[in-house]
Amino acid sequence: MTKNMEEAEQLKKIKAGDVRTASRLIRNIEDELPEARTALKRIFLDTGRAHVIGITGSPGAGKSTLVDAMITSFRKMGKTVGVLAVDPTSPFTGGAILGDRIRMQRHAEDPGVFVRSLATRGALGGLSKAVGDAVHVLDVMGKDLILIETVGTGQQEVEIINHSHTVIVVLVPGMGDEIQAIKAGIMEIADIFVINKADRDGANQLANELGSMLNMAPAFPGGWRPPVVKIGSCFEPQSFTPSIEELTGAIADHYRRLEETGLLGDRMKRKAMVEIGEALRDAILTPILRELTKSGEMDLIVERLLKRESDPYTIAEEAARRYLK
Amino acid sequence: MAERRIRIMVAKPGLDGHDRGARILARAFRDAGYEVIYTGCHQTPEQIAAAAVQEDVDLVGLSCLSGAHGYLFPRVVELLKEKGAEDITVIGGGIIPDQDFQKLYDAGIKAIFTPGATLDSILDWIKNNLKPRE
Repeated sequence: MTKNMEEAEQLKKIKAGDVRTASRLIRNIEDELPEARTALKRIFLDTGRAHVIGITGSPGAGKSTLVDAMITSFRKMGKTVGVLAVDPTSPFTGGAILGDRIRMQRHAEDPGVFVRSLATRGALGGLSKAVGDAVHVLDVMGKDLILIETVGTGQQEVEIINHSHTVIVVLVPGMGDEIQAIKAGIMEIADIFVINKADRDGANQLANELGSMLNMAPAFPGGWRPPVVKIGSCFEPQSFTPSIEELTGAIADHYRRLEETGLLGDRMKRKAMVEIGEALRDAILTPILRELTKSGEMDLIVERLLKRESDPYTIAEEAARRYLK
Repeated sequence: MAERRIRIMVAKPGLDGHDRGARILARAFRDAGYEVIYTGCHQTPEQIAAAAVQEDVDLVGLSCLSGAHGYLFPRVVELLKEKGAEDITVIGGGIIPDQDFQKLYDAGIKAIFTPGATLDSILDWIKNNLKPRE
């Protein structure tokens, strides 16, 4: 088989929902193999169908359990679901424990659900570098909804807005004082707030704080005021199920609002700009770094910096001038 | 840049809920620089095989203390084969009597580690026997 035919075959298999081919492509994307980029070039043209939902919040807020419940709810509606769950990579060993699947294992055998764990591999902002491209793969697989569960690092974890149509911020009672609610960062990016473990003390207080924070907001784009959904203990099914439906209903409402007001187009534009920025950085920076490392010049540069014979800015400008001709 | 990272799944098939050993192993694999997918206790072979394919792992490490390894371990190998994923290496550990070893090897289990096996011996085995797949 020629390479071209192989690639066409690969795309066909992914479109038909072949798990092995799709998961291998995601692996190649993560490992940054050149053939992954070739595949992505083909795939991209068929993407843009799925509703992408980001789920963020502090570690231990119950994001995975919530995702599990959302999968169940979406499946009941007959929708197919893809999940990307991100966990942290050790800065020391490069190893990682990816444990978010544990809460989603009851869907392991459902062909309408694809769950994939990703390690951050040094990326900041709560996602892995491969997330954007992995979303494309799940999209082409035909998943109606794609849930991205971020790593859960906290206040600065806002990169998720560049990848999703709807952002859910998960909070739990008793995790902070009133000042948290007015800080910049994660609290600003929510399209929907979830107060998880709402059977605990302080849930109402947290809901009130969120309410007053929202009351102070200067404007809601598209008139969408982020709803606050309280979800009780997942160990009490009665208190869990109705509120999950409230949440999935809010997600659908939000998407409809995005479509009606044209905000969806704006979000897609932002996403496209981020994607092109990343691709440019990759196209320009990666070859230069590779060249500098391969030629041994990198060692000399580092040496010069350490001896204070030059500075990083001059060196970067010189290298850029040389390579960008 | 373009570099394969080895991914390992640690899973506990069957009914026993004692996963301390499995968690220690997961941690040891993490510290050795591997990406470890931990799926928790009470997994059916079907769940394990499905997850291994979705996660595209190189190795599945099964832990079983309940005595059901004779069925559960080979079943995972079988299901992986059915999914066209026979290139995923499967190893096992737990309370496994010596006389069962050969049967498990015959069923496609590549290595067996019983209580007393050192973490280093397991890590060495992986280092020597596992290459990330093309």
